[in-house]
Amino acid sequence: MADGAHPVAATRAAIDAVWRLESARIVAGVARLVREVGLAEELAQDALVAALEHWPRDGLPDNPGAWLMATAKNRALDRLRQQQLHARKHEELAADLDALQATVVPDFVDALDAARADDIGDDLLRLIFTACHPVLSTESRVALTLRLLGGLSTEEIARAYLAAEPTIAQRIVRAKRTLAAAKVPFEVPRAAERERRLDAVLEVIYLVFNEGYAATTGDDWMRPALCDEALRLARTLAGLMPAESEVLGLQALLELQASRLHARTDATGQPVLLTDQDRARWDPLLIRRGLAALAQAEALAERGDGLGPYALQAGIAACHARAPLPEATDWPRIVALYDALAQVAPSPVVALNRAVAVGMAFGPAAALPLVDALAGEPVLRQYHWLPAVRGDLLLKLDRTAEAAAEFDRAATLARNARERALLLQRATAARSAA
Amino acid sequence: MRVMIIVRGNARSESGAPPEDHLVAAMATYHEELARAGVLLDANGLKPTSAGWRIRYRADGHRQVIDGPFTDNKELVAGYTLIQVRSRNEALEWARRFPAPFGEGHEAEIEVRPLLDPEDFHQTAALDRFRRLDAGLQGLG
Repeated sequence: MADGAHPVAATRAAIDAVWRLESARIVAGVARLVREVGLAEELAQDALVAALEHWPRDGLPDNPGAWLMATAKNRALDRLRQQQLHARKHEELAADLDALQATVVPDFVDALDAARADDIGDDLLRLIFTACHPVLSTESRVALTLRLLGGLSTEEIARAYLAAEPTIAQRIVRAKRTLAAAKVPFEVPRAAERERRLDAVLEVIYLVFNEGYAATTGDDWMRPALCDEALRLARTLAGLMPAESEVLGLQALLELQASRLHARTDATGQPVLLTDQDRARWDPLLIRRGLAALAQAEALAERGDGLGPYALQAGIAACHARAPLPEATDWPRIVALYDALAQVAPSPVVALNRAVAVGMAFGPAAALPLVDALAGEPVLRQYHWLPAVRGDLLLKLDRTAEAAAEFDRAATLARNARERALLLQRATAARSAA
Repeated sequence: MRVMIIVRGNARSESGAPPEDHLVAAMATYHEELARAGVLLDANGLKPTSAGWRIRYRADGHRQVIDGPFTDNKELVAGYTLIQVRSRNEALEWARRFPAPFGEGHEAEIEVRPLLDPEDFHQTAALDRFRRLDAGLQGLG
């Protein structure tokens, strides 16, 4: 017994911490038995309730994770046995169930200790793929992943997504029902399906990160915490699938983006553009980790099908991370990476970013025709960056009147007051430069 | 929050003898778990103090270089593990699971210290210059 004298409050806090650390593994381990994540979570919760009952009285067990896992798995076995009994309609046996359990239920602590860590990893991977199954809507995948893999409470997820708690609770209940109704197998998909399903998993992690990244000062702290959750998931997945270039690529991208978290807003909480950020505030540890993950992704891609969209975006982020000053940025390399990105994941936004990089690498005259070519893109019609970029290029070409008009147009499209004010300032500055 | 788990040195770590296989295995298992949970940032063991030195800053402004080894065992560091967790309680739970650094049945001590956050500082020009160094403030926890 490790801490028999724990006061009740400390034990509660310890149970909470153990739960957050262990819940994903427990749900995953139980789901392998009962083949249904909804039921598995229910049984895991039962184990938690048992812990809340026993631990304050008896003290924390030496291996709390194994205790929870054993308890949850025993309940799963009970449930399976009950189902079998009901199926056979052996009613007299059911009456003696308690007596039966006492002799039949194996001690899972021993079995668990003996189990190879790989089994737990396999179960976790199955859980991730199931929570991100395409039969679910994207928002359901996100909620279920945070709940089952992150161990977040419904309330925490609701706060992070600025949603009402019953809405999220409903979403999770429905997602579990959908998985059960569709009889989604608890497995890691193979062969042809695997790549598409992995894309869905990576997308969920990426979306969670971006939701946190989009949070602004004054938001509930749970919103920025989503970045940490996504980063943790990405690292876990990279540990489970160390041969997948895009998994390492996503990890690299998130590590590098997260390295700038403290620099991307100013003292008043307003966003600061990448090239204007104070690079002293970038986190060197996360940059090192991001670059290391990127190097792995690139080595893996060389043996496989080349770099995917996450590794390429990580490569672009790395060009910024490697530059001690904005002037030192390797823009030609960024252009090359955007070229590759436009091949594997073409979009007007990628094309616009590529044009910006071309402007930085080869001058505004080279970039302007690329931006002009995007003028008809429906996706960019309401996107204030298009006229803002065009205005910037025109200004550099001394076409000040046209530049001012573009900044004005961008200002009318800008979504927040601060950006609008900045763009109007630039318009005025352009006019007076004429 | 980032938390550093510091393993205190002792006569065993100071001897310079390589750790036994079962200790390495226990540490590997623990750190694999940290990595699997996505919380491991960094971990390293340190050579004995016989490989290091100290610099003493005296009140009169003199600096004195003192070569190891050192014998004040309470002050020695044999290794560290840097993790990123959601809360103090999670850090406590991970620390509880840290394997006995020199094996069961051998006295040892680990110390757990949260790192300073950027928010713990007022932004100053001097601080920013310091951060610009790759070492950053993160290493000082």
